Amino acid sequence: MKNIWSFFMGTLVLVSKGSKAYYIWVGALLTIAGFGVMGYLHQLNSGLAVTAMKDQVSWGFYISNFTFLVGVAAAAVLLVIPAYIYHWKPIKEIAVLGELLAISAICMCLMFVTVDIGRPDRFWHLIPKVGLLNFPQSLLAWDVVVLNLYLTLNLVIAVYILYETYYKRVPNKSFTTPLLLLSIPAAIAIHTVTAFLYNGLGARPFWNASILAPRFLASAFCAGPAFMIILFLLIRKYTKFKIQDAAIHKVAELIAYAMAVNLFLFGAEVFKEYYTGSVHLAPLKYLLQGLHGYSALVPWIWTALIFNMSAFLIFLIPETRKNHVTLVLGCLMVFTGVYIEKGMGLVVPGFVPDVLHEIYEYTPTGIEIIISMGIWATGLFILTMLLRVAIPILNGDFHVAADGVSSHIGDQMFFIGKRQKEREKEKAESLE
Amino acid sequence: MSDHSNCKKNPLAIDRRTALKGLATGVAALALPASDASASVWEAFFQKHFRELSKVELKQVLARLSKEYSEEYGKEVTVKATPAIEGVKYGYGLDLSRCIGCRRCVYACVSENNQSRDPQIHWIRVMQLDKEKGVDLSRAEHYYNPKSVPEDGHFYMPVQCQQCERPPCTKVCPVQATWKEKDGIIVVDYNWCIGCRYCMAACPYGARHFNWGQAQLPAEELNTDTHYLGNRPRPIGVVEKCTFCIQRTREQPGRYPACEEICPVGARKFGDLNDPNSEIRYLIENKRVFIFKEDLNTQPKFLYFYAT
Ligand code: SF4
Ligand code: SF4
Repeated sequence: MKNIWSFFMGTLVLVSKGSKAYYIWVGALLTIAGFGVMGYLHQLNSGLAVTAMKDQVSWGFYISNFTFLVGVAAAAVLLVIPAYIYHWKPIKEIAVLGELLAISAICMCLMFVTVDIGRPDRFWHLIPKVGLLNFPQSLLAWDVVVLNLYLTLNLVIAVYILYETYYKRVPNKSFTTPLLLLSIPAAIAIHTVTAFLYNGLGARPFWNASILAPRFLASAFCAGPAFMIILFLLIRKYTKFKIQDAAIHKVAELIAYAMAVNLFLFGAEVFKEYYTGSVHLAPLKYLLQGLHGYSALVPWIWTALIFNMSAFLIFLIPETRKNHVTLVLGCLMVFTGVYIEKGMGLVVPGFVPDVLHEIYEYTPTGIEIIISMGIWATGLFILTMLLRVAIPILNGDFHVAADGVSSHIGDQMFFIGKRQKEREKEKAESLE
Repeated sequence: MSDHSNCKKNPLAIDRRTALKGLATGVAALALPASDASASVWEAFFQKHFRELSKVELKQVLARLSKEYSEEYGKEVTVKATPAIEGVKYGYGLDLSRCIGCRRCVYACVSENNQSRDPQIHWIRVMQLDKEKGVDLSRAEHYYNPKSVPEDGHFYMPVQCQQCERPPCTKVCPVQATWKEKDGIIVVDYNWCIGCRYCMAACPYGARHFNWGQAQLPAEELNTDTHYLGNRPRPIGVVEKCTFCIQRTREQPGRYPACEEICPVGARKFGDLNDPNSEIRYLIENKRVFIFKEDLNTQPKFLYFYAT
C-alpha cells in the first residue's frame, strides 16, 4: 500500500512540475476542456436540438470524430509490428508510447459517443447482464465490447511495463510479448468492427460497399503513424528520450505505402460508382461534385485529396522523407486529409441524399464544434499526463528509491531547456 | 404554442446549482436526476426493459406513467399495454392510383399519436412524383405546396414505417429497445432507448424520428387514450415511429388506424394478413402490388398497389 501511495505522490509531483511551456500547454487544454463542459451542459439542457443534426442527417460531427479516432487508436499500436520486425532500438519505449496514444484516443472515442447519444443517463442499458446489450446482433454492441477490451488491454500492457520499469525490474517478456501480439489483431478488430457498423446497412449505399473496411484500415495506417511521428519528434526534441532517425524514416515510408493503398481503394470506389452510374452514385457525387446545387463538402474533400496525394509524394521520395521540415508538413497533411476523408467525408454522404432522396446540408453548429474541441483537449490532456509520468519512468528519472518504498525523482522538468541540452552536449563532447 | 401547461421538464435539464454540485461530485452525477427530484424519477431511471417487466411491475409502470402524464397535462390520461391479438398479423395497403396527396393522413396521424407540434414530427411523409418517371426518388418533391391537389402529371406516394418482416432497424439496436411484436408491429420502448440513432441509419424508409428537443404538445390537443409502446407522450432524446396505431388496432373490437380512417379517397386499406378473407389479402392476390425497395429484402407489410 505504502509503495503505491508514494508512487502516486510521485506522479503528482511530476504532473505538477514542468517548464513554462508545459504550464501554458496544460492550461490551454484545461481551458478548452472547460468550455467543452459548458457546451455539453447546454446541450444536456436543450437536447440535441442545439446541434445541426436532423432526422435526415442523424449522425454528424461527433460520430465523424469518433470514426477518425478509432483509426488513430488502432494504428498507434500497429506501430509495434515494424518496431519488432526492424528491431528498433527502443522497442519497449515505442510500444509504450503507442499504447498511451491508443488509450487517449479510445477515451476520446468514448466521450464522442457519449455526447452523441440522446439519453446518456441510460448508459447502463449497454452493460451486459445489468442492461440488455444486443450482442451479437448489433454491430454497435460489438463496438462497445471491442473498444472496451482494447482499452483494457492497452492499459494493462502500458501500466505493467511502466510499473516494472519504475521498480527497476525488467518487464517479464513472456507476459508482455503475447499481450503485445494480441493487441495487434485487437487493433485491427476495433477498426474492422467500426467499419462494419456502417458497412452492414443496406439502406445506405455509400457505406454498403465491401471496400469500406479495407479503406478504413489503410487510412488508419496513415493518420495514426503520422501523429506518432510528430509525437516522436516533439518528445525527442524536448526530453531526454532518444528515438533513432531510422525508426522515424521507416514509419514515414510505411505511411507512403498505406497512403498508396488508401488512394487506390478510393479510386476503385470512384470508378465503380461513376462507371456504373446507378442511383447509388448520388452520395459520391454529392461528396466530389455537389448534387443539385448542394456542395458543402466539395471543397473539403478536394483539400483532403490534394493533401493526401502530396503527402504520399513527400513520404515516397527519400529526400523529402528525411528532411524534417517536409516530413512534419507531410504528417500534418496526412492527419488533416484523413481527418476530413474519414470523418465528415465518410459519415455525412451516408445521409445525403437521405433514404427518400431528400437533401439536407449538414454543417456543425458552434456548440458541436465547442464540445468536440473540448473532447480533443481532454484527450490531449490525458495523453500529456500519461506521457508526463511515462517518459521519466522510461528515462530512468522516476523510479523507486533505494529503500524500495518511497519514490525517487531524478529530474523534475518535463521539457529540458535549450541550455540544458547544450550543457549535455558539452559534457558528452568533453567525455570524448 | 405559449400558454400551455405542457412545458414538460427535460429529464436531462440541470439547473446551475445542480450542475455545480455535479461538477463537485463527479461527472456521473450530472447525468443522474437531481437529489430533490421526485421518487418517480428514480423509478423511471431504474425501470427494466418492457419485455422483462413482470405483470405486477408492468401495472406499476403503467400507473406511474398515467399519473405523471395526467398531472403534466391536467387531464386524465390512460396508458395501456394491450398485447398482440393471437394469430393476427397486420398488413397495410396503399393505392397509388387513388392517393391525391392531400396530406390529411399526415395530420390525422400527428393528432392521434401525440407527435411533437414544435418541432413538428411527422410519421408519414408524402412525396410528389412524376407520372412519366414513376417511382424515381431523385425526382421526388417532398415539400410540394400547390393551391390544390392533385396536380396534373403527378402522383403521390405516402411513406411511413413499412413494418418490415425483416426489419434492419431492430437488428442494429445495441440495447434491444426496438423489436417486432407478435402481430408484426415494430415498436420502441421509449423508456429503454438510449438515443444512439443507429436504427435511423439502418431504416431504408426514413420511418424513424428522433426527439431532438423536448416535444411540445398542447394539453388540449393531447389524445388521452395511449399505449405504452405507441402514442404516449415521448421523452426527449429517444426515437419514435409509426405503430399502425397500436392503441386502436389491438383493441377488441378494434379500430382502424387514424390515417386509413381519414383518407378521403379510400386509398388506404388495413387488415389481417393471416385472414384469407380480409380486404388486404384480396388486394395482394388480385391487384398489381409494388414493394418499396424490394431489393433490400426487408419484406414490408406495408404494400403499394394500383387498384385501377
Ligand atoms: S420501415 Fe424502417 S422503421 Fe419500419 S420496420 Fe422497416 S426498417 Fe424498421
Ligand atoms: S436510437 Fe434507440 S431504438 Fe434506435 S438503435 Fe439506438 S437505442 Fe435502439
